[in-house]
This record gives sequence, structure tokens and C-alpha cells, in this order.
Amino acid sequence: MDFISILSIFVMACFVGYYVVWSVTPALHTPLMAVTNAISSVIIVGALIAAAAGSQADGGQTAKWLGLVGVVLASVNIFGGFAVTERMLAMYKKKERK
Amino acid sequence: MRALLGGAAALFFATPAMAASGEAVNPWVAVAYLISGVLFILALRGLSSPETSRAGNRYGMIGMLIAVVTTLVTHDIASLPEIGVAIAIGGGFGFIVARKIAMTDMPQLVAGFHSLVGMAAVLVGVAAYLNPGAFGILDSAGEILVVSRVELGLGVAIGAITFSGSVIAFLKLNGNMSGAPIMLPGRHVINLGVLSGIIGLTAYFAILPTAETAMVFWIILALAFIIGFLLIIPIGGADMPVVVSMLNSYSGWAAAAMGFTLGNTAMIITGALVGSSGAILSYIMCKAMNRSFISVIAGGFGADSSGSSDGAEKIDRPWKRGSAEDAAYMMKQAENIIIIPGYGMAVAQAQHALREMGDMLKEEGVNVKYAIHPVAGRMPGHMNVLLAEANVPYDEVFELEDINSEFAQADVAFIIGANDVVNPAAKTDKGSPIYGMPVFDVEKAKTIFFIKRSMGGVGYAGVDNEVFYMDQTMMLLSDAKKMCEDIVKAL
Repeated sequence: MDFISILSIFVMACFVGYYVVWSVTPALHTPLMAVTNAISSVIIVGALIAAAAGSQADGGQTAKWLGLVGVVLASVNIFGGFAVTERMLAMYKKKERK
Repeated sequence: MRALLGGAAALFFATPAMAASGEAVNPWVAVAYLISGVLFILALRGLSSPETSRAGNRYGMIGMLIAVVTTLVTHDIASLPEIGVAIAIGGGFGFIVARKIAMTDMPQLVAGFHSLVGMAAVLVGVAAYLNPGAFGILDSAGEILVVSRVELGLGVAIGAITFSGSVIAFLKLNGNMSGAPIMLPGRHVINLGVLSGIIGLTAYFAILPTAETAMVFWIILALAFIIGFLLIIPIGGADMPVVVSMLNSYSGWAAAAMGFTLGNTAMIITGALVGSSGAILSYIMCKAMNRSFISVIAGGFGADSSGSSDGAEKIDRPWKRGSAEDAAYMMKQAENIIIIPGYGMAVAQAQHALREMGDMLKEEGVNVKYAIHPVAGRMPGHMNVLLAEANVPYDEVFELEDINSEFAQADVAFIIGANDVVNPAAKTDKGSPIYGMPVFDVEKAKTIFFIKRSMGGVGYAGVDNEVFYMDQTMMLLSDAKKMCEDIVKAL
């Protein structure tokens, strides 16, 4: 994709983010931070590409190991982030009506 | 959102889809990343109410699964076993931490997670710099594309700032490092110098051929690590909610920058979402403290204790001490009670004892409500999570603007571990460092119980609180948890 197409997606997504985040209830701001943490680890895609490429090029071998470390770090975040969000959200309960 | 989808679809049909590796690929790959981006939007959308939030979290997980599987399927994986092991190690560790962590430690967990995103972004950026061919960012002459060099420079810089900044935030929140601001002389000059250095070097790195700028990339990276450290050390404990939100935002921008390099829609959409989310949270926190973002970032708040000058006067002023029995007796008679929790409740782990007290009062026919200030605790929504953990139903918990008018009808305002957010000086004393901050009108309640460990401490802002000395105030000097337990016994 050319730069302008990517930029358009980015700008649109910023607006989407703006409106979606304002609609989040303040009571859920901590889970919001936890889940944004988890999804920003989609950076694992980049780490996977680096790790997958192997040693075709000069810096490939180093890049592969950096990628693998990146995969480890991003996985901590993905599993940890979603799990802790799930744990927090499960605690939010409504008043029991008798 | 429709505009986004329409725009993306149009782009998708107009240009032949290219994989990061540079070969033409199945257009469905681009669609898969787009779907995972949309699922991430839905994940945040779900958080608009507690009922839909868990479904939202599931959408997020599915989106992540799609992104990972798509990447693995569409690249020639030379090292699948290693990748599997890497995911298992990281995932297992993350999962265990997420299950074990105490809810009161959530701020440092989030700060720690931010640092990992930052570091991952740095690693991806460095890998792309070392092996640009694999990322499809080479031009026909074998040079890294100019636009990619800008993205890489900025991406690793933001990632490194996120990393070192979050590490400091983690150490401060976790108590490994004093929460007090550390002020270097001339720090504004140093910071501005380093920041302009990063920007200047990134431009230099982008303009000149890569062969002539071999060291520049590494210098940018090193400077960025340093600036992240320098930016956070002068910021005091009370401003941590803003810092944590700000670093949240940075981790998003770092992911977006890498998304530009890879031309990956899922990463770009996510980066933009997370970036705006953190920015909005920082804005909300600053507004709730009536401080500008710049003044928070400049740091030093709470370092010079203005309380020291009027310290002598403070000790002489009369105040009343109450006991757990007094509090139990008065609250049993009350009709409406508003409980205001603050960071002190989290420190004392008093949320369960507090809920027990609330339940007993409810059985006595008392109307109990909880009031939460946006900056209570060490991160946005911190108190809400703790009350939820203690099984307080979320419809008994209210935000500042929704409940503040009710203090006039309240018989008891029960303040547990909060201080600055109930300080009337914010409304009346123009000289006070917290002047203009929206606060609870607790002084309108008929009786005030104020749990505090001693009369010595004066909140994070270092200002004395008029509420201590009011006629209707009784100070309950004890550990917050112990006091709640004593009140429960007395009830």
C-alpha cells in the first residue's frame, strides 16, 4: 500500500478511536487501559515477520533473534492483558434485586 | 466508522495488495488484517457499559488470533518451533501474572505491560533496520525507503521512550523507587535538547543514504531511552494517573509507527485506537486536577511542601477524634451515607472490610452510595476496580459530577483514604496548589468521618485540609482496614 492510503486509514482510525473512547464509562477506565495494552501488542505481527524471515540477509540472524524476543514480550502482554481484563470485568456486578 | 470501512475497501480494490515481503499476495490477507482491526474497535466499544464489556474483550481476543494466524500463514516460516516456544513462554508468564496479581497492584502491572509494548516496538524496529528485505521496505537500489526510515526512526524512538518511561513509572508505583519527584537542575533544557536531537537525527537518518548514517540509528535509539527516563523521574506519585495514561498513548503511537512500516491495517488501526485512548484518559485526568498537561509533564508537583510554612499553626488547631463505636452508632442512625474512597484504601487493602461495613449498614436500612473522583488512586478507574473486586455492585458507585449535589442531603460523608479530593481549599483558596480542582462538597454533609492514619500527613499535594477542623468532622485515626473492621464489630 502506498503511504497516502495508509495515512488515510490511520487518520480515520484516530477519529474512530476518539469517539469510541469517549463513550467508555469512567468506571471501566482501568479495564480500558488493560485491554488497550493487550491489543497494542498486535505489534507481535512485526516480531513474527522478523522471526520468520530467518537468515536470508546479512542482518537476518540477529533480526530473527530480536524478533523472537519481541514475540515473547508481546505474548506476555497479549495473554496477560486479555486475561487480566477478563478477570476485572468478571467482577463488575449489578445490584441483586430481591 | 462507515467512512473508514468504505475508504479501506476502496483502497483495497484500487491497489494490488502487497505483502510486507513485497510479493503480490492473496487480497484476503489484507481483508483479514482489516477484520482484526475492526474487532479491536468493537473491543473498546464494548467497554461503554459493564454488560457488553466481556463480549468486547472476546472480540479483542478473536481479532488478535486472526492477526497472528494470518501472519503465520502468509509468511514462509523458517522457525515455527522457535516461534511456538516464544509464544508459550511469554503467554504462560503473562497468564500467570494476570491471574496472581492483586487488584491493588493494577497500576504497576499496566505500567509494566506498557514497557513490554515499548520494548517490542524497539525490537521490531531494529529487526526491520537490520533485515529490511524481510519487511519489504527496500527500494530498487537496495536502500531502505526514505519514508520507512522516518517511520523506523520515530517508531523506535517512541518505543524506547515508552519502555524507559514505563520502567520508571513501574518502579515508582511498585515502591522500588521513591514516589517523590527527582529534580535535575536544568532538566527542561536537557529534555528539550535531547528531544530536538532525536528529531534532528531522524531527519538526518532519513535524508542521507543508509551507508553514511550507520551510527545515527543507534544514537537515536540511545537518546530515546535516556529521554524516557528523564521525562518520568521528575513526576511525583500523585501525577501517576496522567503518566500511566500518557505512556498508554505512547505505546499506541509506537505500534502505529510500526504499522506504517509494515503497511499493516490491523497495527495502524490499533495504534490509532490506543493512542487516542491514552490521550483522552490523560486529558480527563488533567482536567480532574485542573492542571495543564504541560505542567504535569514538567513535573515537580508535591515536591515543595507548602505545608511546612504554616506547620506550626496546623498543630495548634483543635480537631475532634472519634472512635469506631461513635462512627457505628452515628451511621446506624443515618439515612444517607456517601463513602469516598481514595488511594489510602488501596494501600490498606480495606475494600473488603469497607464493603462489609456497607452491607451491614444497608441491612439497617441505610442508603449507602460510593463516590469516586476521577483521579482517586494511581490510575484511571482504579477505585472502581477495587470496589468491584470487593463485590460492591457498580450501580451503587457514582462519579463526581453525578453525586456531588447529594452531599447536602447526606447524613454522613465517610472519607476513607482520600484527602485532596475533599479539600475545600480547591474551591476557596486561590493560593492553594490544588485551587480550581473539582472536589466533593463533603462539608455540606451533616457529619463527616475522616479515616486517616495520623494527623501528620497532608495528602500528595502537601496542603492542609480544612475539613479536619470542622465542627461536624470526626477524625478516625487508624489504619483504614482495621477501622472498618472495628466499625463492623461495633455495628
